[in-house]
Amino acid sequence: MSESDVSTTGSPYAPHTPAETAAMLDALGVDDIDALFDVPESVAFDGEFGIEARGERETRRTATQILRRNDSLTEFLGRGHYEHYVPSVVDDLSSRSEFLTSYTQYQPEVAQGFLQALFEYQSMLVELTGLGVANCSMYDEATALGEAATLSQRVRSVSGDRILVPEQLRDGKRAVLENYADGPGLSVESYAMADGQADVDALADAADEDVAMVYAETPTVRGLVEENLAAIGDVATENGALFCLGSDPVALALLERPADVGADVVVGDAASLGTGTAYGFGLGMFVTREEYLRQIPGRLVGVSEDAAGRRAYTLTLQTREQHIRKERATSNICTNQAWVALRAAMHAAWLGPQGLVDLANESVTRAEGLAARLDEVVGIQAPVHDGHHFREFVAHTDQPAQAVVGDLADEGFAVHAIDEHLIQVCPTEVTADDEAAFVDALAEVAK
Amino acid sequence: MIYNQAQWVDDEDDKYEPLLSEKAERTVDIEDSPLPEGLTRDSLSLPDPAEPELARHYTRLSQMNYGVESGPFPLGSCTMKYNPSFTENVAALPEAAVHPDRPDSTLQGTLELCYRLQDYLGRIGGMDAVTLQPPAGAAGEFTGIQIAKAYHRHNDDERSEVIIPDSAHGTNFATAAMAGYDVVELPSADDGRVDIDALEAAVGEETAALMLTNPNTLGLFERDIEEIADIVHDAGGLLYYDGANLNALLGRARPGDMGFDVMHYNVHKTFATPHGGGGPGAGPVGVTEELGQFLPDPHVREANGGYEHYAPDRSIGKVHGYYGNWPVLVKTFAYIARLGDSGLADASAKAVLNANYLAEQIPYDVPFGPFHHEFVASASPQDAADAAKRMLDYGVHPPTTKWPEIVDEALMTEPTEGESKRSLDQLAAAFEAVHGEDDGTLADAPQRTAAKRIDQVSAARSPRLSWQALDY
Repeated sequence: MSESDVSTTGSPYAPHTPAETAAMLDALGVDDIDALFDVPESVAFDGEFGIEARGERETRRTATQILRRNDSLTEFLGRGHYEHYVPSVVDDLSSRSEFLTSYTQYQPEVAQGFLQALFEYQSMLVELTGLGVANCSMYDEATALGEAATLSQRVRSVSGDRILVPEQLRDGKRAVLENYADGPGLSVESYAMADGQADVDALADAADEDVAMVYAETPTVRGLVEENLAAIGDVATENGALFCLGSDPVALALLERPADVGADVVVGDAASLGTGTAYGFGLGMFVTREEYLRQIPGRLVGVSEDAAGRRAYTLTLQTREQHIRKERATSNICTNQAWVALRAAMHAAWLGPQGLVDLANESVTRAEGLAARLDEVVGIQAPVHDGHHFREFVAHTDQPAQAVVGDLADEGFAVHAIDEHLIQVCPTEVTADDEAAFVDALAEVAK
Repeated sequence: MIYNQAQWVDDEDDKYEPLLSEKAERTVDIEDSPLPEGLTRDSLSLPDPAEPELARHYTRLSQMNYGVESGPFPLGSCTMKYNPSFTENVAALPEAAVHPDRPDSTLQGTLELCYRLQDYLGRIGGMDAVTLQPPAGAAGEFTGIQIAKAYHRHNDDERSEVIIPDSAHGTNFATAAMAGYDVVELPSADDGRVDIDALEAAVGEETAALMLTNPNTLGLFERDIEEIADIVHDAGGLLYYDGANLNALLGRARPGDMGFDVMHYNVHKTFATPHGGGGPGAGPVGVTEELGQFLPDPHVREANGGYEHYAPDRSIGKVHGYYGNWPVLVKTFAYIARLGDSGLADASAKAVLNANYLAEQIPYDVPFGPFHHEFVASASPQDAADAAKRMLDYGVHPPTTKWPEIVDEALMTEPTEGESKRSLDQLAAAFEAVHGEDDGTLADAPQRTAAKRIDQVSAARSPRLSWQALDY
């Protein structure tokens, strides 16, 4: 079929034949569809957006041509957005239209499949964190952190409006938190870090009874396994503050259980499973203690029974939600990332516990191995920080970091520039075959 | 039409499809880790199915789920449209899979697509600038209200109240509260529209904004929109457009032309990207030129023959860690580019035709009118929730129930343009059948779905939210 044969008049997805349209208008007793629009002349629009309709094939070609203007780079990029290999079966199963084209499970009797999948997702997060309750998704880790801050204000026994976060924090995360903090009047303040991890003494000095929440991350934004989690948790507890820990499901498969170090809330981005690199597309995790159950934002799937006496699943505790409680809701989140959560659960189940632990172990060895190789390169010292690395590390460049990043892009590689002479590098199994070429390229540009 | 949803029952324990953990759970001890013992957990227990088992599990779960491609899904205000396969295909292009922290110069394709989509959405909404960052409609509301707040602050004119009609989406109320505003609820007039006198009484120097959708959730166009805009603007407030119902107006009217200053687009509703069981969506926000300086950082503009990110002068900062739900935006771009002027206008035309036709065919009382894309029928004296459960047995998803509260036992129905006359007749037949049934039949429904009627009360009374909380 040639392009000119493709109809581009009218919506291709409105199935009405002219005869059916006529019959429907006839049933309504009007001559044309215009008669059904109740729009005053003074605000009527003539319909000319200046967007030309195209056939499907032409649209695909246009979109492909635009996206191909991206340079083809091998990305050694992380800092919160990671590419791990996603098995094909996740793409196929999650794309089944009964999942993909369904809505929020307001009628649980016909939505058991999705509800069970979300219940399984919640359960996996409970296992990974050791905490009692996970919701079935927020937008991303930054918004989940914002929700944790407002939760801390709701559940804390004494008043106080300070939120303490590490000084080394992804800019985007801090900026989102500032917006969430603005409404309830929380102030976001930094505590010092030492060598890529929390400076616990500085944190203890900064903390007082006006602190509602202390936030820490493992791995930290610089890729270090945080070794002081229990001590950070103690500082929070001593001041009556909530301890919120940021992480991700791959790291949690291996690192200390958040419950064991005193975490009250775990947030993070679970898109490290099931999604791959999609320009920052996220899946916010939100896991907390059972005692905060009625203050949790977002959707929860629970177990009940149906009239046949069988176990069945349903959205529950909806009285926390905005369609019932309006301005007294625990959050405005309505549409969330359910389908992304489905994919993450599928990916975790495909890996199984040993596969997930192996992936986490590899995230340690691969980062430390590549750092050691880069340290051999003239003009590079790596890693900059002492400690154990997970997935990524920071390297010092004798050349200005921006110049190194620009020159590396010309060679076909992408890394972060995070300071004047600091770059950050994140290898995963996806970039494994490109490591040797990357080391060679860096050797060329770092001299 | 009679419907029987697939149902998988394990004959040993008489439960529906077992949990993955019941099929294949495995515990591994953490040993031989490159990390010292003190930094690792002791063990990890997760399902460990082989891939064929995994495939069968999720295939069975999908069969126990109902989507738009299963049948009619006229969930009012949720706008469940057909989702074209080709937009999925475009979003899955390998060139779309990039890390957000790459230098702008290496991401010209992604930035160009963002720029073009900003432009498309601006034209469609009659807005001067559009941010793509908010990851959902409610996130768009939050962004819009933060922009309004930033605008008032910039003018040294901090205000404390947001006005919201009683028929509005619940997210509006939650958003205003989340942003720190007091909510002033506006009662509807007898005709279901904004009560101008009540609005006059509600506005004042504390009014930061009025949040409004048009057509409203009753499917009614706010004919006095220009007067409403004047009242709000004269008081120094801004007019916020909730774009949840925009599918009713494509090519017929634009929020910008009606006097709205800031709006969000629910692109997963209006531009047919799938709802995915409750997300991901995307909620781009459009603003007038005056408000452009407050948009989130980064924004995309043309520069030096290409495209670049920049931070607007008085940006509110960020509402998502990166750039929003990018794959959803790619689908939106593809959908708009495919339909163009004629397709978008036709989508609205057929959506409005379908809603009116269906409203005419059903036996339930439908107060108010004339309608645009959706209508609210009253199931009274039947219980709307029970009637909805019974509709499931007829192979259709029921409307939204018991909301808005203005209509007794509300059945809020939105068929969208994707339904043919034949499927609308099927929907009408389902309404007709349920209308004629007694309370006992309704209370015992549904009978033909994967699960029978689920006890919601006990789920909330003794919450069990993970398999760890079950005795199995």
